[in-house]
Order: sequence, then C-alpha cells, then structure tokens
Amino acid sequence: MPENEYGEFGLSAASSDGAFVEFDRVQKSYDGVTLVVKDLNLAMPKGEFLTMLGPSGSGKTTCLMMLAGFETATHGEIRLDGREINNIPPHKRGIGMVFQNYALFPHMSVNENLAFPLEVRGIGRSEREARVREVLDMVQMGEFGNRRPAQLSGGQQQRIALARALVFDPELVLMDEPLGALDKQLREHMQYEIKHLHERLGITVVYVTHDQSEALTMSDRVAVFNDGVIQQLAPPEDLYERPENSFVAQFIGENNKLTGIIEERSDNVVKVRLADGASCLALAVNCGGVGEETLISIRPERVQIGREGQANSNEARVEELIYLGDHIRCRLSVHGTDDFIVKVPNSAGHKHLVVGETTIISWETEDARALNPL
Amino acid sequence: MALPKHASPLERIWHYTYLVICGLIFLFLIAPILIIIPLSFNAEPYFTFTEKMLRFDPTGYSTRWYDLLLTFGMINPDAPRDASWWRDVWENAAWVRAAKNSLIIGFFATLLATALGTLAALGLSRPEMPFRRLIMAVLISPMIVPIIITATGLFFFYSWTGLANTYTGIILAHATLGIPFVIITVTATLVGFDHSLTRAAASLGANPTTTFFKITMPLIMPGVISGALFAFVTSFDEVVVVLFVAAYDQQTIPRQMWNGIREQISPAILSVATILVIVSILLLTTVELLRRRSERLRGLSPG
Repeated sequence: MPENEYGEFGLSAASSDGAFVEFDRVQKSYDGVTLVVKDLNLAMPKGEFLTMLGPSGSGKTTCLMMLAGFETATHGEIRLDGREINNIPPHKRGIGMVFQNYALFPHMSVNENLAFPLEVRGIGRSEREARVREVLDMVQMGEFGNRRPAQLSGGQQQRIALARALVFDPELVLMDEPLGALDKQLREHMQYEIKHLHERLGITVVYVTHDQSEALTMSDRVAVFNDGVIQQLAPPEDLYERPENSFVAQFIGENNKLTGIIEERSDNVVKVRLADGASCLALAVNCGGVGEETLISIRPERVQIGREGQANSNEARVEELIYLGDHIRCRLSVHGTDDFIVKVPNSAGHKHLVVGETTIISWETEDARALNPL
Repeated sequence: MALPKHASPLERIWHYTYLVICGLIFLFLIAPILIIIPLSFNAEPYFTFTEKMLRFDPTGYSTRWYDLLLTFGMINPDAPRDASWWRDVWENAAWVRAAKNSLIIGFFATLLATALGTLAALGLSRPEMPFRRLIMAVLISPMIVPIIITATGLFFFYSWTGLANTYTGIILAHATLGIPFVIITVTATLVGFDHSLTRAAASLGANPTTTFFKITMPLIMPGVISGALFAFVTSFDEVVVVLFVAAYDQQTIPRQMWNGIREQISPAILSVATILVIVSILLLTTVELLRRRSERLRGLSPG
C-alpha cells in the first residue's frame, strides 16, 4: 500500500469507531497540578506504524507508558481493539514492548529470554523451542541462542529485545526509543530492519523517539508532541512539507523564519510586511487577520539563488559559506535576519557565491507558509 | 599500587611509609585473633605463653583443651572411647549441646531474618513508599541501640507474653538483631537493580508473583546471601540477649564461653575460639565462592 493512501486511511479511521488503538480525551498528571498530557485524542488503525516524536518532557513517553499499562491515565479512556484497557494490568494486555535499555534478563541466556513470554503462557517445551528458533532466525541471530546478554554487543542485544517483544505474536508492539544507544550507522541499519519486520508481520507499532529523521524514515504517520499536546498528526511528507504550526516547522527539518505583520489577506494568500519594511507574499496556513503578527517559514531547499522577476525576489548578503561536499550551505542576511540558510547544490552549472557579495534570492509563494508567531 | 618511574624521593618515602601503616593496621585487627590459636594448644592451664612454648618444646603443647570440649559435662568421661562413649559425648557434653543449640537457633533466626529483611528491603526500595527514611531508621535500630537495652526490653516483653525461656523467644530475638543486616545488604543490591526488568517481565505476560520469583529474586540473590550470612553470624556470636531471655538449660556457644570465663578459667574457651575462627573462615570463603559463581553464571559480572 502506498504511503499516501495509508495516511489517509489512518486519518479517516481516526474519526470512526473501528480504530485498533484509541486515546479518548486522555489526561495525565503526576502531581495533581500540572498536566503532562493534556486532552490526548488519537486513533490508530490496525497495521499502522505510528511514531510519537517530540522533545524530552513533551509527554510522548508518558503516553506510551499509559498504553503499556505502567502509568494510569488521570482522566479519559484508552481502548485497544474496541475494549477499554484503563483497568487491565500490564501483564494481561498482551502488548509487546521494546525498552530503551533493552531490559534483557541478565541471568538468562538468549534462548531463556525468548522462551520467557511463552513459558508464562504455558506453551509446551517443543513448541517453545521451535518458536524461539524461528524468531532468532528472523532477527538473524540464530547462532547466539546460548549466549548471555552481557556477551552480546549493543546492536545484538537490540535484536534480541526486538525478537522477545515479537515472540508471543502480539498484535501491538510499543518501542521506547529503542535505537537511542546505538551508533549512527547501526541505528540507520536497524531502522530499515524494524520497518521491514513491520511490513512483513503486519503488526501495529507505536514508536517513541526524539530523533526526527528516525520518525520520518520509519513511520506511516508521525504525531509531533509538545507540551503534552499533539501539535500535528500526519504522514512524514505532510509533516515536512506542510507543517501546520511554527513548532512543527521548527522541530522537523531545517527552517528559515521571517517575522512580520499581516498587511492584506485574500483567500489563502497573505501579504506580510517584514521587520525591515519590505513586504512579501505567503500562503496563509495558520495565521490571524490583518494587523496580526505572523511567522513565515521557508524550507532552505525551496529557495533559489540569482533568479529575478518572481513574486518573492529579495536582496540577500552572503555572510558565510560552509562546504559540505554534495552541497554548500550559505548563511545569508535577508530582511534583517542574518541566519537565513540556503542550500546550493555543488553541481557544475551552479554559480559560486563569495562571502560579502549581494545577490538575489527568490521563492514561490506557496513555499512560504505563514504560521502562528512563536 | 606500583610506584611510577617519575616518583620523587618524597613520594618514594611516602609510598613505603604508607605500606608500613597499612601493615600495622592489618596487624592491629588480626593479632588478637591469631594469638589465641597457639595459646589454645597450651599444655598448662594458663592464658599465657609458657617458657616451654616459647622454646618450641613439643612437651609444652597439647590438645588437652580440645579433648576437654568433648569430655566436659559427660556422665562417664573416663570410659573407654567406644560407640557408647561417643553417644555420651553427643548427648551430654556441655559444649556439644551448646553447639547444637547455637546451630538450631542460628538456622531458624537466619531464615526468619532473611525472609523478613528481604521483604522490608523490597518495600523500602519502592519509590511510592511513604516515610521511607523513618521506617528504615526504625528497622535498622536494633543494630544501633545498645544491645543491653534491646535485651532488657525483650526480657520484659517476653516475660509478659510468655516467650521467655523458649527457643521461639530466642529465635525471634535473634531474628530482630539479624534483620538490619539483611535490609542493608539487600537494599544495596536493589540500588543497582534495573526496574525496567520487572516492567519487561510484565509486558511479556508474567504476573507479579512469577516476576518476583523468576526475575527479581535471582538477581538480588547475592545480596540476600550476604545478608543471611551476617544474620547467622550475629545470632551465632550473640550472648547478651541469650543471657536475658534463655532458660538455664538453653546454653549456646557464646553463653557457654561466658560461663567458662566466669566459673572455671580454662584454656578450653581458647580452643572453642580457634574452632570458631576456622569455621568462620570456611563459612565466609564458601559463601563468597558460591556468590561469585552465581554472579558469573547470571552474567552480572564479565569474568
């Protein structure tokens, strides 16, 4: 199924009753005063890979822990497959979980670790052994069954933790920053492996991370958390290309900000007067009426250098050039802000800029999104 | 601690002074225990080294005090040493009876102290436990309060409840004294305990009881064993509470030694002390080896 369709399916399911995992007006407070999670509403269809992304303290891990049953919701209902699970203890929920520090039992061998969930379910020895062998092969760790967790590398422990969360065939698997402790290369490799396992097994996954590239790589949909509230819930490409508010625009990817006052507003285009008196056109996404402040967000790769005569042509002074191999990162001073970033591809035909020179940059009106001021 | 090549003369002097100081401290701690071992082989009924002993004259040494441990209290100590003589030793020798009592009391007191202390430590390690420090202080208090005060209190309390002069009373009293050691060692083990393991077990479908016996218990075992050992040694060494609470015929080894010092000063107690030192060393070594082995098997340490 293509990702776009998947996303739409997810969104439409959110409003229907057929959701597999559902948070209904959930609130959580640890001290009875401040809400860590404020009025969370979220619905996931079966088979979706949903990532909860946000800075630390945004409430994403608390949401995961409530779903796993290790924290209780102060208010609201959590439903799994249509059944309310607020009062079901974690060991009866049948949800697989991968922990940040793997949480492998150090006194058991890999085989014993994997057999543990089957043993507590009263599954017979021969079936247990067959199942363990199967999941070990699935994570390509077939020869490591008799080792102890302490004898495995971080990446290998991660695979075992993953296998242990899958060995009892849960329909829902939760992952709490499972790749946080791995080095960059291994992390990227594991991202693809987890994604492929998800596709192959058809399980539903809720994944928590603070790493945006991880979220964009793996997910069908991403829920961006901040301050206990979901800021935007959308498929990765929507999140990156069509952020709905300044927080999401800031948090996902690189972003140029221009602040100004709205001068004119037509249907979906606003004319904004910037700090230095110049004005520019932007797509009205999440901004107020005439006279109100707004923040225009423009992605660095949507800005062109040296083309005149378009809707938004602006004079820019080159402040700094950073050579990054495949592209050159230019820091420009535009309309009074001196941290406007533009990425110039390092291709043969491209004109090279010099620090201190003044040039013209331009962007399409729809690539400049007028959002709420921060 | 090897001395680096660039050490200055002053550092060298300090290095050797430091080694001498360490040696002296070690001697200070161990000398009183070591001195009793040769003295227990004294041929004369004195607590001092005789001239013969200092000359290493074999006639200055004997095992008569070890023999006295068996014969003291026997009905017929001079009979030929056949099976009935040994039965007499087993049934009537004062020191053998004391040893039996000490072992029985020590065993049950350790069992009780270990079970209760482990439970207390588990409860006290939970973050939601209210008044943790206060409760901890109360539970540890038998270790801090002077033993004579605990003993007096126990005496009046046990007289009033009818527990005085019973084995149950002594076992309960010794368990009280052993619990703080178990709490301290188990709490120390739980500090390093990864609580995500119990969460992991729950997410895998194990109920709290299974989680405790399959995950928590094996992992805190080294702490439990150390605590149990301390509790046993506490009970085995204890004399004050026994003097207050026990009946006349409930002699333990320390109490028998106490009587020995008061009533007839004989080097027999030195031979008991020597045996106890050897038993203690064996016990500690065995338990430590077992603990290391289990740690290695459980993958808690790399070696």
